[in-house]
Amino acid sequence: MAKVLIDPLSRIEGHLSIELDVKGGKVADAWSRGDMFRGYEMILKGRNPVDAMQITQRICGVCPISHGIASVKCLDSAFGIIPNKNGRLLRNLTFAANYLQSHILHFYHLAALDYVDITALLNYTGNDAGLNNLKAWAKMELETKKGRVDEITAVAPFLPRYEHDTYIKDQDLNMAAIAHYVQALDIRMKTHKMVTVWGGKVPHTMGLVPGGMTQVPTSDRVKQYEQILDEVEKFVNEVYLPDVIAVAKVYTDYFSIGKLNNFLSYGLIEESDGDTYDQKHMLERGVYINGKLGKMDPAKITESVKYARYSSPSNLHPSKGKTVPSPNKGGAYTWLKAPRYNGVATEVGPLARIVVAYMSGNEAVKGEVDALLKIFNADIGAALSTLGRHASRAIECKLICQRARVWLSELEVDGKPRNTYQIPDKGEGMGLTEAPRGALGHWIAIKDKKIDNYQCVVPTTWDASPRDDKGTRGPIEQALVGTPIADPKNPLEAARVVRSFDPCIACAVHVIEGGKEIARFRVS
Amino acid sequence: MSISRRDFLKLMGGTAAAFSFAGVMLQGCKKTLKKAAENTPVIWLQCQSCSGCSVSLLNTVDPDIPKLITEYISLNFHQTVGGGTGDALMNVLHEAVEKERKDFVLVIEGSIPTKSYLYNTLGSENGHHIGADHWVEKLGRNAKAVIAVGQCACYGGIPAARGNVTGAMGVTDFFKLKGIEKPVINVAGCPSHPDWIVGTIAYFILKGKAPELDEYNRPVMYFGQTVHENCERLKYYRRGIFAKDWGDEGCLYNLGCLGMDTGCDIPVRKWNDGTNSCTGSGSGCIGCTEPVYPDTGKRGLYKHLQASIDEIDKIEHPQIREAVLNLKKNGGVING
Repeated sequence: MAKVLIDPLSRIEGHLSIELDVKGGKVADAWSRGDMFRGYEMILKGRNPVDAMQITQRICGVCPISHGIASVKCLDSAFGIIPNKNGRLLRNLTFAANYLQSHILHFYHLAALDYVDITALLNYTGNDAGLNNLKAWAKMELETKKGRVDEITAVAPFLPRYEHDTYIKDQDLNMAAIAHYVQALDIRMKTHKMVTVWGGKVPHTMGLVPGGMTQVPTSDRVKQYEQILDEVEKFVNEVYLPDVIAVAKVYTDYFSIGKLNNFLSYGLIEESDGDTYDQKHMLERGVYINGKLGKMDPAKITESVKYARYSSPSNLHPSKGKTVPSPNKGGAYTWLKAPRYNGVATEVGPLARIVVAYMSGNEAVKGEVDALLKIFNADIGAALSTLGRHASRAIECKLICQRARVWLSELEVDGKPRNTYQIPDKGEGMGLTEAPRGALGHWIAIKDKKIDNYQCVVPTTWDASPRDDKGTRGPIEQALVGTPIADPKNPLEAARVVRSFDPCIACAVHVIEGGKEIARFRVS
Repeated sequence: MSISRRDFLKLMGGTAAAFSFAGVMLQGCKKTLKKAAENTPVIWLQCQSCSGCSVSLLNTVDPDIPKLITEYISLNFHQTVGGGTGDALMNVLHEAVEKERKDFVLVIEGSIPTKSYLYNTLGSENGHHIGADHWVEKLGRNAKAVIAVGQCACYGGIPAARGNVTGAMGVTDFFKLKGIEKPVINVAGCPSHPDWIVGTIAYFILKGKAPELDEYNRPVMYFGQTVHENCERLKYYRRGIFAKDWGDEGCLYNLGCLGMDTGCDIPVRKWNDGTNSCTGSGSGCIGCTEPVYPDTGKRGLYKHLQASIDEIDKIEHPQIREAVLNLKKNGGVING
């Protein structure tokens, strides 16, 4: 038995480390550790409720819009208002743009270097000016740093890396992927411009407010968004999706690595106006547990803390939660709590959304998923895997681009971007949404026009959670068990599995303040 | 409407060259900079951060990221974009400490917790977590220069706001605590603008010294003027037209805009390749480059909504005073 420590599990958002027991060339056991804590909800207490929209975005700089959306939905419900149609559509368009940003960033700039051999650059013989510049730079780095005190940083930040014989060997595929890595830097930057068309700024957008957004949708703004959307959509359909397929063809073993069976989704992006419970979603809300599709009931969520660095009671509903940080608690190995749905460790995120939508009979999703499965002559079971997570993101991007066009066309140009609101003396609210990484919920209680209690239950807390009180492993821990490890000193296979979840630790570690029930919510 | 860099230079008059450092000025000294960058690499540490400043850096347009990494900044270490994982990545830091490297600029993103090192760890040794504070201290002592990027590293930001349970603080305060006498350049903002980050790092690499700093150690070239002075909506303010609700025409002061109190060039520089700005989008400024952020005068980001009667009495402009009183009476934004 070899103990393997991956610390930090980098190329994700935030501070995560993974501990593995490796036996007979396979992961026998795994522990997922969240290594950073800030205490957001305590900081929110006593502030103007509207500030929550700004402050919670700062939980995560990769998907701030998700927190912004969850927060304004939470405020909408606490203030007793709903956005006007323009407000809903503008939020959708802003959210859509950040989805594209997050998924493209994840595949090309966070995950790809687990597959693509960056050293292939040195053997490049083509005529692309950009690639030749990179090649010249890499050669110069290796030559000038040789024997120097900083030799280890030659070709940084791309090297050093885990050395492994399973990087892509096909030179052309490597070079195409590196070229797309560079192209995706530009496309990703442009998706952020799409956010800024409506939000004024990103990371941490300005334009979201209860009732809608602040930016009036002028025809100039609509055109500006649409032009970038054209370019991004072309990239998604002609580069991103084909790249996922090309990588999958080389790594078909990852259809049977990193597998999970239980999924939860709050439903992605509102397709109709109204109350959060009655709204239609682009991707359906629901749970898929042990092969059965079911309704998602927020009342069935609990969080356990036996292995988390908190001394407060365990297995409470988030809205009744109490958390006292206790860095040195015996037996604890992470800052993440262990959320469970009806006691089950469910995966959240793109795969969960796609599986729930597929099983709910969503035609658009079925069409895309079946087309991909056909290429690999596989059934839906193969999708519940490391590769399935990457493919789900690409499919989501394709569908989001299609829907964004519809939302653009439905905007009332120059119309009001919002409904009006007043901050009530007291109130309670809940905002459920899907961050790129999965199910995200915000809860608020207002007293004397100020935040009395604010809570977030975020995606990576589900996925990267530790064992619960019963000893059941969290989703990432489960997915790791059985993963082959060829070289315990370079456990690249495990890194591939973990990164397929796109963990965000800044989001996952937070504090739930309070100790009393803040609200009772209608169950869908 | 975005403004071309040429117009921008004209607009900024005397300070223009320094103001737009991340763009125009560098083109004349590219070779010199490339050489300098090779000799002064950057180690970028993330502590209690949201990675927002790193993502903001990825939004750099002039130079773009491939250019930035191959010509402007030799990026030795970055946890989010680096190819390495685990020990393969951490060896860069371990070696930098063991070999007592002194050739690098240390960039820090995120605040540093001081109540327990376990609130933020980075890497392990002999199976034990290493606190992020360890790296800040060890590398900070040896670095050629220390640049705090973003509000958390500069002044503590949100983790250090009212309610702070982890003892989070910015780099300057952390150095004071550890007796490290080293100046810190504060590239403020939540997040920082990519031009500010690239411009400040490049300035140091090229000139071997910090640009001119203000009383909060922020580069004057970026933070020397208030949002209000350059605001797209200044014309409304001058004509006494005040927006009553989000999305309305007019100066956003009554909605709680902090532009008068905030040093920042965003109304002219704008965000995301000149696409839009905080005030331009109708949302107002939340003061995210000021040390007091987000506890702005203890009144919240949308400050007037929570202003005390005493504070309102001090507002000289009668129209504004009346509007703020109205806001309070109505429990928030005036319904338009």
